[in-house]
Amino acid sequence: MKHLISAGDLSRDEALLILDTAEELARVSERSIKKLPTLRGRTVVNLFFEDSTRTRISFEAAAKRLSADVINFSAKGSSVSKGESLKDTALTLEAMGADAVVIRHGASGAPHRLANWVRGSVLNAGDGTHEHPTQALLDAFSMRQRLGRLDGLKVAIVGDILHSRVARSNVLLLSTLGAEVTLVAPPTLLPVSVERWPCQVSYDLDAVLPKADVVMMLRVQLERMNAAYFPSAREYSRRYGLDRDRFAKLHDDAIVMHPGPMNRGMEISAEVADSPRSTIVEQVGNGVTVRMAALYLLIGGENQ
Amino acid sequence: MLEGPDIHRALTRIAHEILERTRGASDVVLLGIPTRGATLAHRLAERVAQFEGVKVPVGSIDITMYRDDLRLGPARPLGKTDVPAGGVDGKTVVLVDDVLFSGRTVRAALDALNDLGRPKAVQLATLVDRGHRELPIRADYVGKNLPTAKSEKVKVLLSEIDGRDAVELLRNENEGAGK
Repeated sequence: MKHLISAGDLSRDEALLILDTAEELARVSERSIKKLPTLRGRTVVNLFFEDSTRTRISFEAAAKRLSADVINFSAKGSSVSKGESLKDTALTLEAMGADAVVIRHGASGAPHRLANWVRGSVLNAGDGTHEHPTQALLDAFSMRQRLGRLDGLKVAIVGDILHSRVARSNVLLLSTLGAEVTLVAPPTLLPVSVERWPCQVSYDLDAVLPKADVVMMLRVQLERMNAAYFPSAREYSRRYGLDRDRFAKLHDDAIVMHPGPMNRGMEISAEVADSPRSTIVEQVGNGVTVRMAALYLLIGGENQ
Repeated sequence: MLEGPDIHRALTRIAHEILERTRGASDVVLLGIPTRGATLAHRLAERVAQFEGVKVPVGSIDITMYRDDLRLGPARPLGKTDVPAGGVDGKTVVLVDDVLFSGRTVRAALDALNDLGRPKAVQLATLVDRGHRELPIRADYVGKNLPTAKSEKVKVLLSEIDGRDAVELLRNENEGAGK
C-alpha cells in the first residue's frame, strides 16, 4: 500500500490488516499516555479544500498520537483563495517534505491527481461525491466491534446515495469483506450506474429493515443539490427517515450508524440517534484509531 | 541445539529463580514479548503457580511501534499488547523473550513499558542468550547461553505455536539478518 485513495483498491487481506492494526491501536486511546513514537520526524499535511471538522480533527489526532508533525492547510484564507492551482499547492507541499498528504477536495479524483505530483503517500479524506475510504474503514471497524463479524452481515445504507462518497466507499469495502449491502433511497437519489455496484438496491425502507443487522443513515446533502430530488423534506423524512416506529422493526441486535453530521428529525429522529444501539459516538473515537492504523501502515515503514 | 526436555528444564529453573530473587513473586508481573515470548511468559506463570501456588499476573507487550528499525522495512503487523488488570505501577515486571541477541528488542520493550506505567523494577528473562549485544543490556534469567556466529540464526519453536518444542541453529547465507 502506497496511497489510500479508493476503498476499492484494498484487497481483503489489506483491509483486514488495517482493521486488526486499529484494534491493537485502540488500546492506546485507553492508556494514560496516549502517544506512540512511531512516526517521529515524519510530516503529515492535512490539505482541506472543503469544510470539515470531524475528519480533519480525527486525522490530526491520529497523526499526533503517532508523534508525527502535523501541518494543517485549509483552502480558505490560503494561497488557494488567491488562485493557486492544485498542482502548485502540491509542489509547495513537496518542497516541505510531506511524508503523507491527507486531502479533502470538492472535485472527485483530486487525490488521484495529487498522487502523481507528490512523492509521499496520499490519503483520500473525501473527494467530491466519489469516495471517503477511511470513513468506510471506521464503519467496518465499528460494525465488527459491535457485532463480532463482517462476513455475511446484512447492511442497509439509506438516504442520499447519489451525493454520498461514504456510501460508495462502504459498498466497495463491505463487499470485499463479505457483507451484503442494500442501498435504500428514492430513485432520484441513486446514481445512474448503481446497478453495476456490488450491492442490492431497494426503494422501500420498511421492507429492508426487518432483515438488516446494520442500518446506516446518510445525511441529505442539501448543499450539493441543485435540483429538486424529492417533493419536500417532510415527505422525505416520512418515507426514508429512521423514526421510533421504524426503529422498532429492527431485530434486537441490529445497530444504527450515521457518519455525521446528522440532521436530527430529517433522516434520523433524536430518540434513535441517542439510543444505546446507535454507534454514532463510538464511530468518532474509532475514526482516530482507524486513521492511526492507516497512517502507520502507509508511512510507518521504509520510504518507497 | 535444545530439545523439548531441555526447554522444559530451563523454564523450570527460571521459574524457581524468579521465585527466589523476588522473594515469592508476590508483586511480580510477567510480560512476554510477542509472539513466542508471550507463550513463554504463560509457561513461566504456570510453573510459578505449581511450585508455590502464587498466581502471577501475566500479559504481553508488543514492541513494534517502538522499534528502531521501522524505517528499514515495510510496516509490520502489530502483536498483542495485553496488560494485566492490576497494571504495572509499583510492580516488579519480568520481561520475557525467546532469544536475546542485539538487545534492541529489549530496549524497545523498555520504552513501551515506560508508556504503560512506572514499575518498581524491571527484570529480563530469556530462553536463549546468543550474545552479540549492541546495547548495554543483560538478562537476569537465562535458559541457555548459546555461543553463535553473527551470521547464524537462532529459531525457537514452541508447541503452542509450532507444534513442537525445540531451539534450532540455522546457518544464514545473507549476512546479518534477523535474530
